[in-house]
Amino acid sequence: MNLYQLTVYKAAEMLARREITAQEVLESISRRIDLVENKIKAFITLTLDQAEKKAGDLDGRNEITGLAGIPCGVQDNLCTRGVTTTCASKMLEGFIPPYDATAVGRLKAAGAVMVGKLNMDEFGIGGSTEKSGFHSTNNPWDPTRVAGGSSGGAAAAVAAGEVYYALASDTGGSLRQSAAYCGVVGMRPTYGRVSRYGLVAVASSMDQVGLVARNVTDCALVLNVICGYDDLDSNSLEAEVPDYRNYLGHSLKGMRIGFPREYLQNDVDGPVREAVKKALLKYEELGAVVEETSLPHSKYALPVFRLLASAEASSNLARFDGVRYGHRDEEAGDIAEMMSSSRGRGLGPEVKRNILLGTYVLSKEHYDAYYLRAMKVRRLIKEDFDRAFEKYDLLVAPTTVAVAFSHGERNEDLSGMLTVPASLAGIPAMSIPGGMVDGLPVGLQLMGPALAEGTLLRAAYAFEQATDYHLRTPVLEV
Amino acid sequence: MTGKYEAVIGLEVHVELKTNAKAFCGCELSFGALPNSHVCPGCLGMPGAIPVLNRELVEYAIKTGLALNCQIAGYCRFDRKNYFYPDLPTNYQISQLDLPIASAGYLEIENEGVKKKIGINRVHMEEDAGKLVHQGSIMTTPYSLVDLNRAGTPLLEIVSEPDIRSPREASMYMEKLRSILLFLGVSDCKMEEGSLRCDANISVRPRGRERLGTRTEIKNLNSFRSLERAVEYEIKRQIEVLEDGGELVQETRTWDEDRQVTLSMRSKEEAEDYRYFPDPDLPPVIIDREWIERVRETLPELPDQARERLITEHNLSSYDANLLTMSKEVLDFFDACVAEYNEPKLIANWVMGELSRLLNQNNMEIKDCRITPSSLADMLKLLEQGTISGKIAKVVFEEMFNTGDAPEKIVKDRGLIQISDESAIKAIVDEVIAGNPKVVEDFKNGKGKALGFLVGQVMKASKGKANPEVVNRLLKEELSRP
Repeated sequence: MNLYQLTVYKAAEMLARREITAQEVLESISRRIDLVENKIKAFITLTLDQAEKKAGDLDGRNEITGLAGIPCGVQDNLCTRGVTTTCASKMLEGFIPPYDATAVGRLKAAGAVMVGKLNMDEFGIGGSTEKSGFHSTNNPWDPTRVAGGSSGGAAAAVAAGEVYYALASDTGGSLRQSAAYCGVVGMRPTYGRVSRYGLVAVASSMDQVGLVARNVTDCALVLNVICGYDDLDSNSLEAEVPDYRNYLGHSLKGMRIGFPREYLQNDVDGPVREAVKKALLKYEELGAVVEETSLPHSKYALPVFRLLASAEASSNLARFDGVRYGHRDEEAGDIAEMMSSSRGRGLGPEVKRNILLGTYVLSKEHYDAYYLRAMKVRRLIKEDFDRAFEKYDLLVAPTTVAVAFSHGERNEDLSGMLTVPASLAGIPAMSIPGGMVDGLPVGLQLMGPALAEGTLLRAAYAFEQATDYHLRTPVLEV
Repeated sequence: MTGKYEAVIGLEVHVELKTNAKAFCGCELSFGALPNSHVCPGCLGMPGAIPVLNRELVEYAIKTGLALNCQIAGYCRFDRKNYFYPDLPTNYQISQLDLPIASAGYLEIENEGVKKKIGINRVHMEEDAGKLVHQGSIMTTPYSLVDLNRAGTPLLEIVSEPDIRSPREASMYMEKLRSILLFLGVSDCKMEEGSLRCDANISVRPRGRERLGTRTEIKNLNSFRSLERAVEYEIKRQIEVLEDGGELVQETRTWDEDRQVTLSMRSKEEAEDYRYFPDPDLPPVIIDREWIERVRETLPELPDQARERLITEHNLSSYDANLLTMSKEVLDFFDACVAEYNEPKLIANWVMGELSRLLNQNNMEIKDCRITPSSLADMLKLLEQGTISGKIAKVVFEEMFNTGDAPEKIVKDRGLIQISDESAIKAIVDEVIAGNPKVVEDFKNGKGKALGFLVGQVMKASKGKANPEVVNRLLKEELSRP
């Protein structure tokens, strides 16, 4: 077995006992990247030189604990001090932030070794990573297929063994959908649980920093580090952060699980539905009480998300104007021309489409009909969840309507259908490997009430231990 | 001026607050600092930076709202006002649209003895933009530099009801608002430096008609004088258009200081759609009763209260009281002086007379002045004791103003002590009588004016130091001798 194949907790244990060194771990990862990155194209920027230096420093210390010495990746919309942060946009090509995102800073402080910045759909707008301004990322299970998006780089890198885990973001389901397509664990914590500071905003009211990992235990370990209050983010939650490892290994006896029927209807491909039904049976086997329930307003979630996310994006992305940083058209005659042509050339078509839609949604004439109305429906969607969680500890559903699709095969319009409701409600949700269809992973989505990350981990861990989906890895070697 | 027309005026005032930091980041406020030296990822609008509300901004806003007799909202919210401009780092301004922090208040002005309440429609919080530095005129500059020191400076926008009816009332409203803000200590209120800015909404209508006329908004009013003149000009212009049978257009106009006219900037149709929406980065601000009461307790004495106090406690006229309460520094000076020397009316006369004359002459403010309340009190004591005469007092006062020396020292150094010693004065009187037989004769023949001349001669001979009362008495005595 190669070192890159270890789990985070196993590698951490061996590092702590000095059975292996951080440099050896990094070397293994580095070789793996050399071997498979051409096929996967998960990274926008590699930072192996800095990583080597860090690993060397760590090996020189008296002790190595926690995440120290374990290589990770960071989605390229999280600011990294001194390392280009592009959001996969030509607009920010070469942009080097003078500060770390809070979550990145916390990982660094814990000794994490960042090996690179991961590909995504430009500014997080898209569901396949085909909308990256640089290149698309391939699914490790089948490189002719997409890795999902917008966190395709993060999920693919984790699945392909190029990193142990990746910091990623989730606005409408980005990291959950990508994790589902790539057969890994994706955790979107409660809105405000992880600071958004340094995450380049696209839809501020839904953007959330989370992570992609290979298994539930690794997920808990990383969560322990990145969660917590931050006074640089006004929406950051002050609630104390438990040790998430304590939620692992408990019986599910008596746990109440609901499955919303709207999430298992005809939009969902038959084989995926079957896989999820099987997973529900597994939960019953494990002692949980599983019942059908309803989230009637979730069917409006996709249009509501599109309206709100594009509205917020149109405003958030306005700062990319060529004045202070990023791409600038030096040929332009005056300031208005400079701004519009910098944006015209720097931003990709999908981003522009969203800005146009958002600008329309917020215009005086249409604000009430679209923005305000969408806000009202958003509340109804959230209230559905509130009601459900009076009865259930968590809800289980598919993460996506289908397995990963082929490059260029379809636009991903429906891909967020099952993930956006949790985003709109601000609740924690995760995707775990829940089955296989024709050699491709199926994601099982768990959703819980605010701050119930522990409950999600407990249920996810029990399922993981009772199945072997998480142990399967794609074969990439030639 | 307006004849059969009535002007309807409302003012929108922007006040730069002097809080401990910018509105949504930790940067210090600055004026005149090295460009872009007071900036951080937040106020530079860097990717990933998030605004965090400075609670002192809310405190200042509550304070101002209370001082303007407003309702303070229990729940208010920040909205984004979206527009592209190179001095606006995020290309949206954080402001408040439909849930402002304070509303429905008023302030009172007094025009020729008549008090009038001017309604305050709303007070809301927002952030300032940076500044563009052009090379010469904005029209011809080859490039412009961006200075973001001011970006994120907290502002209050205070919007009046259209209750103002004349240019004079408009400037009185501004003066009153300014003095309230100065008393609160929330702003420097320097119009010339831009920490107090004002736009005027103006319309005219035939007297007696309810419906409002078409209004224009006048920008670029950088002083009380330009406010008054611009309003006056605009009213006249609107009346002329109507009298000529023309129609007014709703538009934004700018005051051209050089030409003393208002010029059209853009019409309503050209107005931008700011696409306001609630700022998702900032949670709503909840203001409970307790917070409001805590702020209320910190409210200082306000101009109206001070004015009332001066009238009832010190028997000052309402005119004097108005003048003394225009500025917090002046009032503090007055109060401190009265505390040392309980002659309020006399002190008021000196403060508004000699002191303000000298300040104006030297283009200074009272806080920069070398005369302290105690030194003025000391000088007035010398006057009361008869050590110096009233005439000499003005000389001493000016010297105090110029040198900052204590009045006793000036009097001593320059030998300005009043001569009250009768024998010394008698000697001069005798000399003057002996030297002016013709005038003495006139006096004896009933020419009253002659006495004044003789008094003047004695004062002159004593270099102004002789006690005028004693001079008068002795002269009369001597001249009445047979």
